[in-house]
Amino acid sequence: MREISLHLLDIAENSVSAGATDIQIRVHEDHEKDLLESVILDNGKGMDSETVAQVIDPFFTSRTTRKVGLGIPLLKAAAEICDGALTIQSSPGVGTQIIVKFKYSHIDRMPLGDLSSTFVSLLVAYPDINWFFEYTITPSDQAAPPRKFTFENQPFRDALAGCSYSEPTILGYLREFFENGIHEVEKPLTQVNV
Amino acid sequence: MTAIKSLDELKKLREEALEKRKVRTGGNGVQVIVAMGTCGIAAGARDTMKTILNQIETQNLSGIIVSQTGCIGLCEKEPIVQVVMGDSPKVTYGKVSPEVAVQIMNEHVVGGKVVKDYMIETQ
Repeated sequence: MREISLHLLDIAENSVSAGATDIQIRVHEDHEKDLLESVILDNGKGMDSETVAQVIDPFFTSRTTRKVGLGIPLLKAAAEICDGALTIQSSPGVGTQIIVKFKYSHIDRMPLGDLSSTFVSLLVAYPDINWFFEYTITPSDQAAPPRKFTFENQPFRDALAGCSYSEPTILGYLREFFENGIHEVEKPLTQVNV
Repeated sequence: MTAIKSLDELKKLREEALEKRKVRTGGNGVQVIVAMGTCGIAAGARDTMKTILNQIETQNLSGIIVSQTGCIGLCEKEPIVQVVMGDSPKVTYGKVSPEVAVQIMNEHVVGGKVVKDYMIETQ
């Protein structure tokens, strides 16, 4: 997988499979610390320490259709190549938190990619989950304030009151909401780089 | 402040969407399922999903439920998309690139005709 946002989609699918009702995905581009950090937090069924250790191992998966799971090990390896790390904290019955860090400026760091598509896919496919998405950029210039985009599913779902997320007008609304929101966070940085 | 304004806007869109659905669909649901396991995502399933949502939006296709599933054990055929039309049996498609997804949406979901070229046997 060539985008961090694809890995986030992959990990979020694990959270859904673990029966989570609340899932947070937070992405932080911290230029002050030269760090790209992503956090996925869920309240799914969790894992014991033995299972966590096995998840890191490429030849472990809880899936029944095939016996090899590669999502997490591949992401961990990609992060470590970029002076980063992947850590999993989990407890049975409570949930799981995965933190993955990349050195932002590392030449081998994969791009964040299409974060908006990842978020919209998850929302449309699993509208009943209480999603919380956050994307923050902290500029290297300490005088500049951090820029942040957040989305909480519950108020949206309440406003829709049973109307499907995949209705054309609602889809258009969501797509624009995410594309514009993420673009607003990225924009000033792009201008500086160009 | 913008969030409140946008939620009001969303409520208005909801009313319109529900009105439109009343007119357009006779209640027989169409379900489109995209396999989104690690294998699917690595093969491009998110782009396939994006294309399907884009078709729904631009062609104004009402009453379609889009969902995701994990790995179904046919990783080499990913991206995989399944279509369920009303009471008809589930049709499974393999190697669904964005172009193929457009074809499936047009011919099967809208036209009601299975796209045989990309159908795969599941069992």
